[in-house]
Amino acid sequence: MNPNNYLVLAAILFTIGALGVLVRRNAIIVFMSVEMMLNAANLAFVAAARSTGTLDGQVAAFFVMVVAAAEVVVGLAIIVTIFRTRRSASIDEASLLKY
Amino acid sequence: MTAALIGLPLFGAATLLLGGRRTNAWGHFFAVAMSASSFFVGIFLFIQMLGRSGEERAVGQYLFDWISVGRFHVPFGLHIDQLSMVFVLLITGVGTLIHVYSIGYMEHDPNRRRFFAYLNLFVAAMLLLVLADNYLLLYVGWEGVGLASYLLISFYQHKPSAAAAGKKAFIVNRVGDVGLSIAVMLMFVTFGTVTFEGVAAGAPQAAPSHVTWIGLALLLAACGKSAQFPLQSWLLDAMEGPTPVSALIHAATMVTAGVYLITRAHAIFDLSSTARTAVVTIGAITLLLGAFIGTAKDDIKKGLAGSTMSQIGYMILAAGLGPAGYVFAIFHLLTHGLFKAGLFLGAGSVMHGMNDDVNMRHYGALRTAMKITYATFGLGYLAIIGVPPFSGFWSKDEIIHAAFGQNIYIGLATLLGAGVTAFYMTRMMAMTFFGEARWEKGIHPHESPATMTAPMLILALGSAFGGLLLVFVGDIEGWLEPIVGIGHSDHAVSNTILIPVTLLVVLVGAGYGWMTYGRRPVPVVAPENVSLLTRAARADAYGDALNEAVFMRPGQYLTRALVWFDSKAIDGTIGGLSAAIGGLSARGRKLQNGYARSYALTMLGGAVLIAFVLLLVRL
Repeated sequence: MNPNNYLVLAAILFTIGALGVLVRRNAIIVFMSVEMMLNAANLAFVAAARSTGTLDGQVAAFFVMVVAAAEVVVGLAIIVTIFRTRRSASIDEASLLKY
Repeated sequence: MTAALIGLPLFGAATLLLGGRRTNAWGHFFAVAMSASSFFVGIFLFIQMLGRSGEERAVGQYLFDWISVGRFHVPFGLHIDQLSMVFVLLITGVGTLIHVYSIGYMEHDPNRRRFFAYLNLFVAAMLLLVLADNYLLLYVGWEGVGLASYLLISFYQHKPSAAAAGKKAFIVNRVGDVGLSIAVMLMFVTFGTVTFEGVAAGAPQAAPSHVTWIGLALLLAACGKSAQFPLQSWLLDAMEGPTPVSALIHAATMVTAGVYLITRAHAIFDLSSTARTAVVTIGAITLLLGAFIGTAKDDIKKGLAGSTMSQIGYMILAAGLGPAGYVFAIFHLLTHGLFKAGLFLGAGSVMHGMNDDVNMRHYGALRTAMKITYATFGLGYLAIIGVPPFSGFWSKDEIIHAAFGQNIYIGLATLLGAGVTAFYMTRMMAMTFFGEARWEKGIHPHESPATMTAPMLILALGSAFGGLLLVFVGDIEGWLEPIVGIGHSDHAVSNTILIPVTLLVVLVGAGYGWMTYGRRPVPVVAPENVSLLTRAARADAYGDALNEAVFMRPGQYLTRALVWFDSKAIDGTIGGLSAAIGGLSARGRKLQNGYARSYALTMLGGAVLIAFVLLLVRL
């Protein structure tokens, strides 16, 4: 198979994720979009590793997964706390930390 | 022994100033005793000096190392030689007489103790000035007399005019002092030392331009202290001080410091004809200017002050003639110290009798009311206009003679000065002692007490016989020869012609003065309808106006411009910069709006931009 297809798929996924972050207000959805962007990057890493026949990309994908897992823990904890106090998960409403 | 000369009056000043009111009762006697004992120490040293031969008469006394930094060594050393000796005797002698006079003159003044403390301080500073063995120590004495002069001019500090006059004297003197400090620095740069000996030894090898600049800087210093043109304006105002001060400081001693300085630095002036020419020119201008001012003053003390300027002009001129003139400068300084102190004390005595009125138009016919003052003032008068055999004749004639040897115009200037001197002194004499009485109501002139007349009598004797003594007994030329050398300039005009001519000029001046003020009645109020020249002389030849127009006003404008520049340009730049940064950050702060999505958009935009740039660079 042509590895370019994987890269194109990764780019499409990344773009969908980025748009999701920019346009959605619900914190959970934004969070999912961020995960999608991370996984798009993972796909690109793995595809590149496969086409060059080296392990560097695979290792990088594992690192990203580990970091993403840690980030999910922290991020979800924050979102839950915000929801508990404000009864809403809208990130536009949580805009008190400003000038 | 030499240190005791300075130490005694200094101790007197310290006792009176630190002792406070406890010394009120006996303070003035103590001050007189200190000044007199300094005089006796001087006499003792003088007799010791007479016991030695010419070359060995100069004695140094090293006290301690004053400054020792790197190559710069200044000893605190005193040096007494023939030149210092005549000054020591003049300062302590005339100084003691004036101390005695002040006992009577200041009898009713509540601040008499302070006055005597300052007088002692002045004597100590002046002695340090003439006894120092280097220019830096001389500078200390120089500043000391400046301080004492300031304190004494503004002694009647409750009078705004006296306070202003003191400040004026101090500030104008500062201008001259800058000259002296520049000269001292130049000496150190050029010779590596500031001792008299070292400078005299190094001068012949030094660059001529350096020597000339040192000479000109020293001349500036002399102009300040000796009230020479263009720094003459303070002396007339200095008459605000008590009259004994005018006699001691502003006639007999302090103002002659400039003449001492030039004579002491003769090694410099001998080598630079430019500096000598400048000195002679300044002297000639001042002697005519002072005499000119003296002709129109109705204030007896200001008239005498103009005369002092003029006579010191003679001395400066003589000192500028080089070896031919130094001796006569000092000679005239001595005779002038005697007769001018006598004249000032006489003026003080007249004021004392006339209820402190200084306007000569209110005097007249005092010769019967104040016989002793009349006699002593008269002797001083004969001495200053140069009638033989009184003291002024011997010294002034020698200066005129030497001036003709140098240059015919300088000679004519001194001759003209002699004529004008005779005119204004005759005017003063006629207005004060002759004519009809023009006393104001309720004034009863009376002779002054013995403490005042005794010093006047002694000074009158000095005015009468001082010249004779110095020429025939003292041999002033031979006495000073080891210090300043003796020069035989080619005298263009011989004395046999010059003396009669001088006397004729003096007679014409005196005769004109007598015709104008002695024979005709003197108006009580100064006439307003007078010539332009008289107006100029009454206004001190517009010296103050000139200073204001040339120095004071532009100075004020300059400071105002600087203040404006400081507040507008400098403060404006700094203030504007901080305001701009503040405004910018107030706007930049708004970017921090709290919406996570807008931050995300910014990040995405930045990342895209970076990726785009990377792609571009790679391609």
